[in-house]
Amino acid sequence: MTALRELNALMRLYAQQFRTTFASMVQYRASLFIWMISQVLEPLVYLVVWSTVSNSSGGSVGGYTARGFAAYYLTLMLVNQVTYTWIMWEYEYRVRQGFLSFALLKPVHPIHSDISDNLSSKIITLPILVFVAGSLALIFRPTAELTWWAVLAFIPSLTLAFLVRFLVEWSLAMAAFWITRVNAINQVYFTLMLFLAGRIAPLSLFPRWLQITADILPFRWMLGFPVELVLGRLTPTQVLIGLAAQAAWVIISLVIIRVIWRAGVRVYSAVGA
Amino acid sequence: MNTIRLLFVFFRISVLNETAYRVNFFVQLFQSLLELGTALAGLAVIFSYTQTLGGWRSDEMLALVGVYFLMGGIISLVIQPGMSALIDSVRDGTLDFTLTKPEDAQLLVSIQHIAIWSMLDLLMGAGVLVTALIRLGKTVGFGESAQFICMLLAGGVIVYSFWLILASLSFWLVRVENLLEIFQSMYQAGRWPVSIYPGWLRFALSFIVPVAFATTIPAEALTGRLGFSMLLEAFGAAILLSAAARLIWRLGLRRYSGASA
Repeated sequence: MTALRELNALMRLYAQQFRTTFASMVQYRASLFIWMISQVLEPLVYLVVWSTVSNSSGGSVGGYTARGFAAYYLTLMLVNQVTYTWIMWEYEYRVRQGFLSFALLKPVHPIHSDISDNLSSKIITLPILVFVAGSLALIFRPTAELTWWAVLAFIPSLTLAFLVRFLVEWSLAMAAFWITRVNAINQVYFTLMLFLAGRIAPLSLFPRWLQITADILPFRWMLGFPVELVLGRLTPTQVLIGLAAQAAWVIISLVIIRVIWRAGVRVYSAVGA
Repeated sequence: MNTIRLLFVFFRISVLNETAYRVNFFVQLFQSLLELGTALAGLAVIFSYTQTLGGWRSDEMLALVGVYFLMGGIISLVIQPGMSALIDSVRDGTLDFTLTKPEDAQLLVSIQHIAIWSMLDLLMGAGVLVTALIRLGKTVGFGESAQFICMLLAGGVIVYSFWLILASLSFWLVRVENLLEIFQSMYQAGRWPVSIYPGWLRFALSFIVPVAFATTIPAEALTGRLGFSMLLEAFGAAILLSAAARLIWRLGLRRYSGASA
């Protein structure tokens, strides 16, 4: 009964937080728009590069035709939009400027407001991005073999991908409690992500050892996996293993967050005093 | 002569300022190496599947990466810091201090902020470029070197003028930092030859945001694939854009009312 009441309270909290952040996101729509240019440009550039390669080497590279790459990168563009966060910069700023104090005064964990912040910005940007991806689809003519079970499995895998990315980046953002220059850490993280999440190339084009590394680390499960899944490039067994890996990373990062958050807040109050 | 003397003075001041924060050097070194490593590893993946990319061999692509870092280094060394400072000073009125000095104000705002650690990008770019030329195994003739230097200068002038035009918009608009961000995020497309992009994107990267002039065209000059008409076009664009930038800057200054108004 109490659990139910707590859940209800949390739902109302999200709804309210959602209205507040939605209003502020509408305010900063120019920044959102500019952020979106780079979100679109990076996959678009690699799409062009790889379809050029594919066209010049007999129409297919590692099982991808030019139109196959189009499907891969346009889907990646959308999945990336759904899963991205900016929480690492946000925390660096909050801790450095001391704004975290306000969040700590509230009787709920600050992660809830971060999640609803993230979701509400996407409600604004996602329709625009779908439109952009749709227009690009008219130009690049993607093809993929859709199967009903893959499309069905895409929904949980996308949700889990969002959770993995959000929780991993949220726990990485905690580094700001101990280190003043988190930018270097962030850049290492983004470089790894570029390769291991399948942004520079679909992971199946990489050498075997890099693919194994990608299976072990969380990056593939945030981005590449749902894309490969919905495009029908994975067997049912691979999909099940992938979903399990995603779930495992959610649990691992939740545990990490619980430990780090407590320790971090203790350090933070010491600095603020 | 005067310009060079001023540039040297501002450079010296920046060195004096920045040497107090020596850790920044290592942070920048680390980030630049990481970025370069990413670019090279990306090329390695792509060229493990193909011999040429849109007609460019791997060593020619390496030269393009060198130009990309070189030009990126110039942008973050002087252009970007100067122009962001200009926008800030128009907003809070501290441009007054620059205007009262007995030198050309456009020159002063353009060179008075130098992010010296960005020299690393510049040096790295030059290093990559030299490596690429050695690997290409051809002696770059006098004609190609001259063309390359001309195109690098033209590209630099075009990029600088473009930034100055955007920054000068701050005389009319309140928030233009965002516009500068657009260039920064479009610049990444310049790591690849613009000839591989579809027509509309190539057009946007040449004439809306002049990324092509900054990277592809100098690299084309160096690898001997630049036609004479393109050379003229780049010169024309550099002259036209710098004149336009000067004009917009002057018009903006006339609108500027200072801190106390």
